[in-house]
Amino acid sequence: MSEKQFQTPNRSHDGCGCGCSCDNSNIDAILAKYNNDRGRLMDILIELQDSEGCVGEEAIAKIAEVFNMSRVDVVQTLSFYHFFSQKYRGKYTVYLNDSAVAEMMGRDEIAKAFEEEVGCKFGSVNEDGNIGLFSTSCIGMNDQEPSAIINQRVFTKLTKEKVAKIVKGMKNGDDVEDLIGTDVQSNILLQGPILTKDTELGDAIRKAISMSPEEVIEEVKQSNLRGRGGAGFPTALKWRFCRNADGEKHYVFCNADEGEPGTFKDRVILTERPQLLFAGMTIAGYAIGSDEGILYLRYEYKFMEAQLKEVLQQLRDKNLLGKNITGKEGFDFDIRIQFGGGAYVCGEESALLESAEGKRGEPRDRPPFPVVKGYMQQPTAVNNVETFCSVAKIMHKGAKWYRSLGTLDSTGSKLVSVSGDCQRPGIYEIEWGFTVQDVLNLVGAKDVQAVQVGGPSGKCIAPNEFNRKLAYEDLATGGSIIVINNDRDLLNDIVLNFLDFFIEESCGSCVPCRAMTVQYKRKIEKILAGKGVKKDIDQMLSWEKVMHMNRCGLGQSACNPVISTIQNFRELYNSKLQKEEYVSQFDLAAAIKESCETAGRIPNLGGNHE
Amino acid sequence: MSKVLITIDGKGFLADSEKTVLEVARENHIYIPTLCNLEGIKPQGSCRICTCMIDGRMMTACTTPVNNGMVVVTKTDELDKLRSKIVELLFAEGNHFCPACERSGNCELQALAYLYKIMVPEFDYIFPNRDVDATHPKLILDHNRCILCKRCIRRKKEAENPTWFVFENRGNHVKINFDHELTADMDDEMAQKAMDTCPVGAIIRKEKGYDVPIGRRKYDLHPIGSDIEGKE
Repeated sequence: MSEKQFQTPNRSHDGCGCGCSCDNSNIDAILAKYNNDRGRLMDILIELQDSEGCVGEEAIAKIAEVFNMSRVDVVQTLSFYHFFSQKYRGKYTVYLNDSAVAEMMGRDEIAKAFEEEVGCKFGSVNEDGNIGLFSTSCIGMNDQEPSAIINQRVFTKLTKEKVAKIVKGMKNGDDVEDLIGTDVQSNILLQGPILTKDTELGDAIRKAISMSPEEVIEEVKQSNLRGRGGAGFPTALKWRFCRNADGEKHYVFCNADEGEPGTFKDRVILTERPQLLFAGMTIAGYAIGSDEGILYLRYEYKFMEAQLKEVLQQLRDKNLLGKNITGKEGFDFDIRIQFGGGAYVCGEESALLESAEGKRGEPRDRPPFPVVKGYMQQPTAVNNVETFCSVAKIMHKGAKWYRSLGTLDSTGSKLVSVSGDCQRPGIYEIEWGFTVQDVLNLVGAKDVQAVQVGGPSGKCIAPNEFNRKLAYEDLATGGSIIVINNDRDLLNDIVLNFLDFFIEESCGSCVPCRAMTVQYKRKIEKILAGKGVKKDIDQMLSWEKVMHMNRCGLGQSACNPVISTIQNFRELYNSKLQKEEYVSQFDLAAAIKESCETAGRIPNLGGNHE
Repeated sequence: MSKVLITIDGKGFLADSEKTVLEVARENHIYIPTLCNLEGIKPQGSCRICTCMIDGRMMTACTTPVNNGMVVVTKTDELDKLRSKIVELLFAEGNHFCPACERSGNCELQALAYLYKIMVPEFDYIFPNRDVDATHPKLILDHNRCILCKRCIRRKKEAENPTWFVFENRGNHVKINFDHELTADMDDEMAQKAMDTCPVGAIIRKEKGYDVPIGRRKYDLHPIGSDIEGKE
């Protein structure tokens, strides 16, 4: 048997429509593996998609039968996620990142190379059904773009030569492991208190369980730790709410659905310091009174699965997970990994829980909040990867130590993922309070036009604001920093790309998020085409309030690429506008030209028309 | 059931603590416009039209439970402006040709457009390419008119096990669908219920379009919300 981590599945297909002869013989085994549990629908769909290259009609019918669901109800979940498909996606499925930074780093040329070598367009499978080419939103590799996922494995810094080799190997039927060498880099370029390895395995957990759960929460409170996903909710407060909520069972969730374009810090933590994360989750379990932790990991990071499971097993072997942890009678806690299926919105905590329950990843109405009614309607604490790591360090070294780092309102450190136009893209662990300019100096960025802080849902700032601080009280960020130099066309390369991202990734539930994003795109396209007038800008600004009516934070911030660039780059917009107050979008003379010629009539349109 | 005191538009009301802001407002003859809400089905807050200022924050009245001391403002010029923008967005997003629609006069979207005196939307008409599914024996599903409010999906009843109506895809590609096999034996009463659940003309009973002529229908006679406001 091969020891390879990534083997190419034996996907057999004949023009799946999908009334084809997919080999569905393994469905029963997959269903049995998950105890025929409806709640594990995501896992079942993932395994089917990975082994068959699609989830076809037969599979859908079988799932529906076993779970007593209607077939359309299975499709309801399936069709929500980017990596699931009812149509066959090839023996090898290439997902090429189309984030703004990927485009900046030459994604289009790589896409062309793939299309030429494979012989089909993106969004389709080649004739012999061997290779499918698809685009995907940011895969968390912004520091090594252009990059692509092929059958779970990630290929970075793609060149035409690499593409030729990869495609040759795929045509040859090679395992993905053998296509070209593995090359995902962690690029940790500045270590701070979180990334520094000064905690022995188990130290933080032992310290925590020598205290009472209330004392643990109090210690976290004393540290002033706030959620690292971006919103900055006080961690201790979340835990206290959760601990105090009644339920049959409490859950700890780690949100590792790092989908904000430009963010890749969680990938690096999960690769380099997974023990620290699992320690943090275990401490949370102790604090809120939970015996089950779930790591919700985005499908893009499926390549880490084997390594993470190995780490979990090591922790169990050392009695740092499992029953009576470190000998503490009655403290049981274990962690499993739940993969997503490709959906940015699942980074929103209630959407994440819906997804983990095997449903569409649509944010829930609040109240009730997840701390009261979360996973399976039970009290659930959902925290970011970095938050849990911070907790482990706080337990080990104390709240006082932690408070000595950062600013008064933003204590501790922050991992920022820097990408775009700079010499040294990668992970920098800085103390809160660093200015944008400090970061630019670290990464070697010159001739900077703009910096996108916090990803598309954050802010795009101009050089006059580079002295602003990265901190909850000034520029809050979940960790994405994208540097944009003066050669870039900000509206076309960045704003339009971000709008496409939000249109694609909206769950589609709230009207403004679903429909207004499309309107924003129309306006930006109009302005780029040289047809914009001042009123277009005024309208886009006035729509911001409507966007704030959306249910979740992601929907509310989907207009930020436009709003923040209008606010900070007004001159750029003005330079593209027409001078007149009103310009008709519709050219009547042009529209009737052909019919007038046919009829031999000379139109009399009056006014300005020729 | 315990009682709480809440303030709606400056007036104090005693309300059941289990109820939502919308329910309490309606009981007290205060009309808050809605689209995705329907009495008797679980609210979801997807159209956002019932957004009010609740304790100073924009929140949907249909999903927010009342709290003691809560202060609700249901109507300001700005809220009305925002709500009308959502109605406009829905008209721009789909293909709504009122004069040719079986639901004209009974349509909540159309009624709200009249309420807000909408003439021409400030948004681009998208003119999406959407299907009409008339393959079912009792129902026609016209995706052009669907406002994706999910009432049909949430209306799930015991009779509907497993689920009949669902949402598919995401973003601006979402659409409703229903299980043709499970609903093949649907009787007229159930078909009528499905149609009545829909606020617009997306779910239509076959051969039953014009029992009441246009001009004499619900909102032709009385503006939307007047039944709630007029009950005092």
